[in-house]
Amino acid sequence: MNNTHNLQLDHNGRLRHFLTIEGLSQQLLTEILNTAAGFTGVTERSVKKVPLCRGKVVVNLFFETSTRTRTTFELAAKRLSADVLNFNAGISATTKGETLLDTLRNLEAMHCDMFVVRHEASGAAHFFAQHAAPNVSILNAGDGRHSHPTQAMLDMFTIRQHKGDFTNLKVAIVGDIQHSRVARSQILALNTLGVPEIRLVGPRTLIPAAAESLGVKIYYDLCAGIQDVDVIIMLRLQKERMATGLLPSEHEYFRLFGLTQERLRYAHPNAIVMHPGPINRGVEMSSEVADGSSSVILQQVSYGIAVRMAIIAMALGNNEAIS
Amino acid sequence: MNNINIWQDSQSINTVVANMAIELRAVLNAKHIENPIIVGIHTGGIWVAQSLYKLLQLQTTLGILDIAFYRDDFTKIGLHPVVRPSQLPEDIDERHIILVDDILHTGRTIRAALNALFDYGRPSSVLLAVLAARNGRELPIAPDIVGWHANIPSQQYLKLTGPHPLQLIIT
Repeated sequence: MNNTHNLQLDHNGRLRHFLTIEGLSQQLLTEILNTAAGFTGVTERSVKKVPLCRGKVVVNLFFETSTRTRTTFELAAKRLSADVLNFNAGISATTKGETLLDTLRNLEAMHCDMFVVRHEASGAAHFFAQHAAPNVSILNAGDGRHSHPTQAMLDMFTIRQHKGDFTNLKVAIVGDIQHSRVARSQILALNTLGVPEIRLVGPRTLIPAAAESLGVKIYYDLCAGIQDVDVIIMLRLQKERMATGLLPSEHEYFRLFGLTQERLRYAHPNAIVMHPGPINRGVEMSSEVADGSSSVILQQVSYGIAVRMAIIAMALGNNEAIS
Repeated sequence: MNNINIWQDSQSINTVVANMAIELRAVLNAKHIENPIIVGIHTGGIWVAQSLYKLLQLQTTLGILDIAFYRDDFTKIGLHPVVRPSQLPEDIDERHIILVDDILHTGRTIRAALNALFDYGRPSSVLLAVLAARNGRELPIAPDIVGWHANIPSQQYLKLTGPHPLQLIIT
């Protein structure tokens, strides 16, 4: 995917597709965050939408189920006044043998302007972007283990809202790094935005051997890993991993890597705790932490709408501009 | 900055804004408007609104409005690269609004600002105050308070730079 970054930008260097954080500049990521800040107030008004994308059609093309991501994309598009079509691949023609490309062509023929794609195969959104018509934008809502860039951007937005600046932060990402598309995108975004210290914390079986090449520090002990950090990003533990023998049991995982109020004391006193959801209470963290004063997990959900509004608006505006 | 482009310097701007405040006060009195909300449009409009706010000694906090999400050229040029949050101080239902901008040209910004404003509520009335109103209106929009009337060639643009010092330049 060497030309991914070219594919994402138009000839003016502005966002056209949003597939991965890779290859996007600090300036562009900051523009997304600033634009999202502009959208945060919209929900507090008497009319909770702006007319920006009136007449546009956004298709949620989900080949993998996800309630939260799909709902926030849908709400984001609706708050921009776009029409939204939810295309659930489970009940669609793909189960009857239609190829991805045929699916895309059919939806394009219905004059849709943007596809929000989630697929279990890495590179699916990229594939769509390569074959999309010139006036159609593709957003990646998660592809295999590759990336989940809008989740990473809403995490960056949450961090900025609480910490103001990225350039003197210590950030720990805790949990199943190996299987996490979110972690990959987060590391890229944190690096691009200038976070000086990124730590990966988890059991040896769940941290990829090559992770150090990403410019991160690796810890196999939770307390040491979160010592003095400003931000703790917990990852969801995919329960299906237990079956593969990578983890002994949920109980054992919680005993070693579960974030409890006691362990949280190792972090900076003003540290924030984040989680992409849904939380496995008593596995990744205790309820006490999840509902505690350091937790910003529900704010992440709210900010997710503003950040997705920003990305939809930036990409939709630009593809129209060149067509 | 190239001096020949300066149309009005900060000193004459201050004088004109002071006169606008006097005129605005007279209009508010004549219309029996008490405790209006003054709202500046990003970016130049806010600078002018801040001066008027001080001169009129208003009680309600200054409002700021970014109209990027209401522009009519989104499908032509995309989203404006600099978007700032709008902030209105409180519920604007049944309130009197003084909308402030730096330059009134085509009227499209004011159209967008009115639409944005009405998504916050239903104000009792809206007055429009602009530092300079130039030729080139494309919509039926007329200001209530005007600092200067300017008649300049259609291919030239009037622009307020600032905030320190405030200068009106022609480009």
